[in-house]
Amino acid sequence: MNNLISMRDLSKQEIERFLDIAAKIESGELRPDISRKLAALLFFEPSTRTLFSFETAVKKIGGETFSMIGTSSSSVKKGESLHDTLKTISMYADLIVMRTTIEGAARYASEVVDIPIVNAGDGANQHPTQSLLDLYSMVKTQGTLNNLTLGLVGDLRYGRTVHSLVQALKDFNPKFYFASPAHLRMPSSIIHDLKEKNIQFEEIEEIDSIINELDIMYVTRIQRERFPSLEEYEKVKDSYVIDVNMLDNVKDNFKILHPLPRVNEITKAVDKTPYAYYFEQAKNGVYMRQAILSILLKAI
Amino acid sequence: MPKKQLKVDAIKNGTVIDHIAAGKALSVAEIINLNSSDEIMVGINLSSRKTGKKDIIKIENHELTADEVNSIALIAPSATLTIINDYKVTKKIDLELPELINGLIECPNHSCVTNTENIKTRFQTIVNETISVRCVYCEKKYNVDEVNINV
Ligand SMILES: [Zn+2]
Repeated sequence: MNNLISMRDLSKQEIERFLDIAAKIESGELRPDISRKLAALLFFEPSTRTLFSFETAVKKIGGETFSMIGTSSSSVKKGESLHDTLKTISMYADLIVMRTTIEGAARYASEVVDIPIVNAGDGANQHPTQSLLDLYSMVKTQGTLNNLTLGLVGDLRYGRTVHSLVQALKDFNPKFYFASPAHLRMPSSIIHDLKEKNIQFEEIEEIDSIINELDIMYVTRIQRERFPSLEEYEKVKDSYVIDVNMLDNVKDNFKILHPLPRVNEITKAVDKTPYAYYFEQAKNGVYMRQAILSILLKAI
Repeated sequence: MPKKQLKVDAIKNGTVIDHIAAGKALSVAEIINLNSSDEIMVGINLSSRKTGKKDIIKIENHELTADEVNSIALIAPSATLTIINDYKVTKKIDLELPELINGLIECPNHSCVTNTENIKTRFQTIVNETISVRCVYCEKKYNVDEVNINV
């Protein structure tokens, strides 16, 4: 594998390989070494969280980074094309991690340069390293990815992470509940794909009735900007807040995931329950990103 | 049979695009790069034994490019091409929709890299009840009717 651009490119076997390598790095069984390798972290769209996660991952396996955040400091602002920026940076670095608002930019980058490209988010399209760390968190807490019952909660319309998660699980016989306000439902194209692949799903408006069935609940933020009026936002916002009183009868293996940052969709009290897993999930991201970097740099 | 023969033989040299789904002939004509001097005959809603109704286009002295053939396959997948030389059928081509369409389709997604950088588009074709196309870059899927095709 030369690049990581989209979950759409990955076979079930390739996904399992990423999970396996991440687990072996975490356990210490594998100690990849990318010393003297230089990773360029190009964050045309700022995201401190993802940037820190990648920086940590590179340094934990002995590599070096240089980073660029935003477009203001770069030549992009001087009118240089994305093509020339990437081409130039590929003369210095051994691998490029990039995040942009331009959809398809990472795919294009992989056609322009000869070094590996890691897509760290391209607009509303893909964020495959997030999807892989989500899968890793599931496999660690459930022991398997097969036959899981998942509740996806919140903004399912604009949430890129939930879209690729649905795609990533398609070969693992999942059962989905999609809980969202009416106008933030899963896009019809995804619903169409699920029907075509005979994947079980149900669209619901409240979580209480199904929470005790779930293995995994994946919560995303509902942003006020997505609502036509403040009034409509106020009407629904509390129906998607997870609180301890909802967790009385959940399954023992039940875990709550969230891509973070959290605002108020999971109360702080939930953090102390054995079901909260979102901070460990962030930590898993570092192991998964070490696995991705090692595989792409052929250090494994 | 003699009657059908007559129809095909009606041009001396050129291309006959037959079995176009009824009503699609003008869309097909639109994507072919016609010269003002080309002689074109367009038949709409003709009776066909195979499909009930069909459209047909005959173009004198015009050989289609590969891009033109691919675009026709996109909007009229059931069409057949016949090349006529000196009143005789010299070649019959069944249209085949390629898996990838290069450079002919504009991506309607404004945030797509094909609209911000100067690059050729690439679309994957998906055939269900209708034909849809997926942008290889931004991965958005569109029905063929929703996109602009430029040869
Ligand atoms: Zn596109």
